Amino acid sequence: MLVTNELHAYYGKSHVLRGVSMEVRAGEIVSLVGRNGVGRSTLCKSVMGLVPPVGDVHFDGRRVTGQAPHRIAHLGIGYVPEDRAIFPGLSVAENLELGVKRRGNGGRWGYRDVFNRFPRLEERRDTPAEALSGGEQQMLTMARTLMGNPRCIMVDEPTEGLAPRVVAELADLLKEIAADGIAVLLVEQKLSIAKQISHRMYVMGDGRIVFDGTPSQLEDSPDVRKEWLEV
Amino acid sequence: MLETITFSLLNGLLYGMLLFMLSSGLTLIFGMMGVLNFAHASFYMLGAYFAYTMGLYTGFWVALFLAPIAVGLIGAAVERFGLRQVHQYGHVPELLFTFGLAYVVEELVRLFWGNTPMNYRVPEALDFPLFSLFGTNYPAFRVFVLVVAVSMFVGLYLLLKRTRAGLIIQASLSRPDMVSALGHNVPQVFMWVFAFGTGLAALGGVVGGIQLVTEPGMAFMMGPIVFVVVVVGGLGSIQGALIASILIGVLQTFALSVDWSLANLGMVFGYAVPPESFFATIWYMDSTRIAPMLPYLLLVLMLIFRPRGLMGKRES
Ligand SMILES: Nc1ncnc2c1ncn2[C@@H]1O[C@H](COP(=O)(O)OP(=O)(O)OP(=O)(O)O)[C@@H](O)[C@H]1O
Ligand SMILES: [Mg+2]
Repeated sequence: MLVTNELHAYYGKSHVLRGVSMEVRAGEIVSLVGRNGVGRSTLCKSVMGLVPPVGDVHFDGRRVTGQAPHRIAHLGIGYVPEDRAIFPGLSVAENLELGVKRRGNGGRWGYRDVFNRFPRLEERRDTPAEALSGGEQQMLTMARTLMGNPRCIMVDEPTEGLAPRVVAELADLLKEIAADGIAVLLVEQKLSIAKQISHRMYVMGDGRIVFDGTPSQLEDSPDVRKEWLEV
Repeated sequence: MLETITFSLLNGLLYGMLLFMLSSGLTLIFGMMGVLNFAHASFYMLGAYFAYTMGLYTGFWVALFLAPIAVGLIGAAVERFGLRQVHQYGHVPELLFTFGLAYVVEELVRLFWGNTPMNYRVPEALDFPLFSLFGTNYPAFRVFVLVVAVSMFVGLYLLLKRTRAGLIIQASLSRPDMVSALGHNVPQVFMWVFAFGTGLAALGGVVGGIQLVTEPGMAFMMGPIVFVVVVVGGLGSIQGALIASILIGVLQTFALSVDWSLANLGMVFGYAVPPESFFATIWYMDSTRIAPMLPYLLLVLMLIFRPRGLMGKRES
């Protein structure tokens, strides 16, 4: 569903993505792991059009490289960034409202569905988003993106700084989303979680994909882990 | 005494309302979008000139609507083809761009309309005294100014708090990247916000041009003070802009109408600075001479002691 082919990205002169080729299929959870600063977030941003991409991004067989972020969102790619970009000053309900797209209402996720799935958000619907706990904020940004009913969702380090109980909840949510047929690209720092829920894993190193396989294959490749993951 | 106070209050309120009309658009543009639009008062001037000229053909009431729309469209073009290009280089080039624009607009106005003030008058339908107070007539047009300003405030408030566009604007303040990733066309929203803000300034001009004056210097006369209103009121706060406008309007009008100096205060305590002292200038200076300085003094003090302004959510 989402395919990148020889994707490059630059910040000024620094060449961060150096030809990333990867694929996420419908209903699949694919994890992208790698050391800090290796360019995983940049990959999400350049797919989304937030960082100018050079190369190919295909979605549903269409080339979408370099389109404006709002266009890409309308095509059906959702993005949950790593720093929990809630909108401060707006209430929980208003944050959710911004996830709704002008066109294409009536998908799997409406207000009712979100509030049923996340009762805590309903209780706090009129609370300013910045007053929520870290875990609630993460759920809010997930729910907000789901309100747009994406067919592919990129989730960047959702578990960072969360308590184990919330991490487990998040893992369940991601599995549910994939079971609905949505393509999930998970950028994750915690290898244990990534291995537990992913169908496939990519290891990124030096701005490229250096490993592609199932969690158990990664388990059996100590050299990959040693060279690209362990510090 | 009561008469002076009442009239100062009324006139201060009126001037405050004019200030609000001018600055409410800048609250959107500077306070929310972060664009240091030095040319904001130029759109106010264009509003006055457009309404005057259109009014010759269509009458005041049609011009009241058409002039702000026309100026708003010019605003949209300025954003789309000017500011958006300059924006990527940061705030200073943006300021310089609008600074240049303000001069260009002024010269164009001189070119098309000449250097002398326009004979832009109160429309006949509003040219009558509404009531009289202490034997002085209070013109209906001034009440009309109040009504327009209040409607502007209510409209803006509802736009921001009750509409999706308002939510998008507020969210784009903190995370434009995320707003666009959710499927909203942020640059387009910004263009319309800019257009709307300039249109509001123009509406201020349609009315203010009559109440004050319509001449090529009017933009530079009002240019700096609108920034005072926006900063004192607090960036991005419409309520703050309203309060700051009224505060500045009333403060300035009072300083002009009551003849007062520090010496009066000294007299109460039986103290006086000798006339030959260096500080005598300040001591005996009457308030009418301080009046022009007051808004800027307020700005400076505000930035030092309360940089968020009266009701702002973030610092300037
Ligand atoms: N806006 C930017 N300008 C310049 N350099 C950047 C910018 N954003 C990221 N970088 C650099 O690009 C590289 C990749 O960053 P990226 O955020 O994609 O890494 P990451 O793999 O997500 O790591 P992490 O999230 O753990 O920091 C890093 O070296 C980072 O310093
Ligand atoms: Mg990252």
